[in-house]
This record gives sequence, C-alpha cells and structure tokens, in this order.
Amino acid sequence: MLELENIAKTFHAGTPNEVRALRGVSLKIEPGSFVIVIGTNGSGKSTLLNAVAGSFIVDTGRLKLKGHEITRWPEHRRAQFIGRVFQNPFSGTAPSMTIAENLALAAKRGRARGLGWALGSSVKTDLYERVRAMGLGLEDRLDNAIGSLSGGQRQSLTLLMAGLLKPDLLLLDEHTAALDPKSADQVIRLTEEMIRRDKLTTMMVTHSMHQAANLGDRLIMMVQGRVLHDFQGAEKQRLSPEDLLARFEEVRCSEQLDETASEMLSRQYV
Amino acid sequence: MTLLVGSFTMGLILSLLALGVLISFRVLSFRDLTVDGSITLGGSVAAILLASGWNPWLATLIAFFAGAIAGTTTGILATRFQINGLLAGILVMTGLYSVNLRVMGKSNLPLMKETTLVTFAQSFASSEAKWSFGRWEVSVQDICVVVMVAGLISSVALLMYAFFRTNLGLAMRATGDNDQMIRALGVEVGWMMTFGLALSNALVALAGALLVQYQGFADVQMGIGMVVWGFASVIIGESLVGSRQIGLLLVGAVMGSILFRLLVAIALRWGLNPNDLKLVTAVFVFAALVLPDAITHLRKRMAST
Repeated sequence: MLELENIAKTFHAGTPNEVRALRGVSLKIEPGSFVIVIGTNGSGKSTLLNAVAGSFIVDTGRLKLKGHEITRWPEHRRAQFIGRVFQNPFSGTAPSMTIAENLALAAKRGRARGLGWALGSSVKTDLYERVRAMGLGLEDRLDNAIGSLSGGQRQSLTLLMAGLLKPDLLLLDEHTAALDPKSADQVIRLTEEMIRRDKLTTMMVTHSMHQAANLGDRLIMMVQGRVLHDFQGAEKQRLSPEDLLARFEEVRCSEQLDETASEMLSRQYV
Repeated sequence: MTLLVGSFTMGLILSLLALGVLISFRVLSFRDLTVDGSITLGGSVAAILLASGWNPWLATLIAFFAGAIAGTTTGILATRFQINGLLAGILVMTGLYSVNLRVMGKSNLPLMKETTLVTFAQSFASSEAKWSFGRWEVSVQDICVVVMVAGLISSVALLMYAFFRTNLGLAMRATGDNDQMIRALGVEVGWMMTFGLALSNALVALAGALLVQYQGFADVQMGIGMVVWGFASVIIGESLVGSRQIGLLLVGAVMGSILFRLLVAIALRWGLNPNDLKLVTAVFVFAALVLPDAITHLRKRMAST
C-alpha cells in the first residue's frame, strides 16, 4: 500500500536553526494494517505523517502509494488517496460553514468539483444518516456553523469527513492530544469503529502510551528522525504501556550517555 | 427627489463593486487592492467600445472579462509567485493605470450620443413623462434606468448565491475559511484563489462599465479610493443583516452600498465638502474595523471593575 524508501528531510538547511527532522526512514505498510507511531518530542513522528500527506516534498528518498510514485505530488493531488485528521481540532473544518457544508466538501475529496448542487436532497439524507450513526446527536444541527461546536465535536466530525469516502490511507496526527479526556475517549472509540468497519489502512501518531499499547497491529517508535523499533504481530500485542515507557527510558539514558561522554571528551581534549 | 433617485441608482451600480469586494475580502479573506484599477479598466474598456459604436451589452460583457483578466493577474502574482497579497494588488493596480490610459487613448472619454445601456433603458419612456408621488415628481426615464440596473444586480446576486451553493462555490468559500483543510481535501488553493479574484474583479469591472454609462464619461482617475468604498459597503451590509451566512451577506452588500451612497448624498447636501469625501470614507472604515473590538474590550474592563 505505502512504501517509503529512505526518505529524509532537513528544515532550514544551512542556517543555525537547521533541523534534520527525518534522517532516512524506510517503511512498508501493508493494506489494512493499523500502524501506531510514537516517539519523543522532535523525533520526527509528525514530520513523517506530513511527508506522506505531502505538506512538503522530501529532500531525498521515494514514496509510493497504491502503486503510484507520489514523491513529487503536491498535497492536493495526494488527497485523492489520503484522509487526514490534524492535532488541532480547528484545522480540519471550515468554521464559518455549516456542518452539512463541511461534510459536502469532504464528500468530494480528491474529485472534480463542478457546478452541481453541493447539498442535493440525496446527499443531504446520506449525510444525515452518517452523522446519526456517530451517535453524538449532531444530526439535527446540520445547518449550524461548525465553529459553534466544541473541540471534541469538531474533531469527531473531522474524523467522519476523513473517512467519508473510504480513504486508501488514513493519517491521524495526535488527533486526541488537544481534547479533554472524555472527548478523547469518544474520538478514539469512533476511530476504532471506523477503521474496523471500513478496514482502513491507518497511520496514527500518538503521545498516549495507553493508546499506543491498546490500538493497532503494528507499532513504530521513532527517535531522532529514524525508526528505532518496529513491533509487529504477536510482539506488538504483548506490549504494555509500561514496556513502552521502559523503551523511552532506554532512549533517554543512551542520549544522556552520549551527552556526558561528549562532554567528558571535550573537557579532556579541547 | 431626482437627487434621491440618482443616489439610489448610483448605490445600486456600486453594489456590484461591493459584491466583488465581498468575494475577495470576506469569502477569500484576501485584501485585494486591484479594485481601484479594475473598476477603471471596466469603465475604460466599455467607454472605448461604446465610442466605437459597439453594442452596449457586448461592450459591458467585454468589460466584465477585462476585469477577470486583471483579477487573474493579481491571483497569479500572489499564488504562483508568492508575492504578498496586498503588494500583488498594488502592483496590478499601478500597472492598470497605464493600461487604462492606453485603452482610452486619453485621460477622459465622454460618451455623448452613443447608445449605452442607460440610453437603452431610457428609450422605453419619453423624456417628458413624469410620475408624481405627492409633492414629488420623478422622470419615468430615471425609473426605467433604476429598474434595469436593479434587474441586473438581482440576477448577478442570485447567480452568486447559486454558485456559492455548488461544489465549486463551497470549495471557494472553504479556501478563505481554512486553506489547510481544503488542501487536505484535494483542492489546489492557489488556483481557487486566482479564480475567486478573477470573479471578484470581473464584477468590479462590470460596476465600472455601468458607472461610465450612467455618468456619461470615463475618467482614468475614477477608481481612486473605490476599494475602501467597497469595504465600507460590505461592513455596513454585515451590520445591517447581522449574519455571516452567504445569502444574507450578498443582500447585505447590496443594501450597504445603497445606504452608504444615500448617506453620502445627504452629507453632501448638508454641506460636506466633496474634497473631504475620501477622508471621511477612510475614517469611517477605520472606525468600523476598530470599534467593535474596542467596545468589547471596554465592556470587559467595565465588567471587571
């Protein structure tokens, strides 16, 4: 489904703010798999998702999606295959437009948009049913501006929008990080339901060890722009939040070791 | 009374300007200064074609497309070449000044005996015919012009309303509302922005074309300050309808334009020096932009003390 071949990206190259966000990531994701991506701050996990979505073009390496070489495709062109939910609940919806209008926009993801009515009666009934199935009671408020909803409600709708036309690849970028615990649980429940029902190939970045241990069938841990661990199958199922924390501790220790070692060396030789 | 009908007609014609500015300013969230140039472009293109004996409908239509080209240019500068939107508008506006002089061949072009849309509308009544409302008398010819212009503006507004409910129109609104989201849904934001600016400036040029036919001349200076005029109409319209719903915004822009023109006519009647008009308009727009925030701020401070 998705193949990443040694992709790398450096931001602000050649300046004091240079950040080597991705330092050669290779990954092959099978259709229908649900991949969790974790990592410390600045490890490149969100950058990885943005590279796949096309928010920027990678410096080196190749990306293949569904048999297409998409390395140089702009973001809007990749959108025909990819559904996305952002970390910020305000990023995924157009606030001054109604719920129905937002959904109608998503119903045309990656397709030609012509002069047909966006909200014909059949589209409207269909959207009504889809919103009702979420069970949030939003189906009677389809004509309200989406900006009047809470972050959790907006994020649930963004999720629905991303999955409205079954995407070949669903990208979730810490999509519950900005929500209160109750809304986060709800969005996670909807996420699981949708992925299971539509058998969506998914990449989900999360900061929650709980989510990382309980969701998905594969887990990737990123450190300093590289994939450090890649757990699959039974090995992934056995992972507990404590195991994951222990792995992070290891990373922290080795990084600290690097630092103290280099400090010691510089004191001795410089 | 003639003054009233005159200002009303003028307000109606300039509501096309307001509708154009509504697209760039509110729908696309793009402060487009091309307007000052494109309204003159519409006027000068229509004037030169009329002076050469073209059919007035055709001349007006060509002026519309000339405006679309101006808007497209601004759009390309802003999106393909990544120039700041304000600067892109200023560049095109400045360039258009020379273009307009070239189009007309001189700085002022009077329309004396040419058939225009206005003379066409007037031809439906004799010049002596009068309708009286109590003490007031109105020339039927003036009424004919109002009816024609009103018909034209209503059709434009209705078409816009319909357009903003199509898939394409929805995508355009989302472009101004949340470009990150609409890009993720597969819309090329740069293209959509350019298309919207083309549409916006086409409407502005249409206003220019009607304006020269109404006032009987085109002048290379006629566009100065028009963009602020458009902002004022849109802002007044928003406070009149008190909503950001697209249909009401369209109605509001038309109403705002007419009301603003009437207010100006009254102010001039009361002795406002016409030379001060632009300053007053600018101060008005400034106040309309700043006051709402200032009032909320003040209320909060009052509440906290």
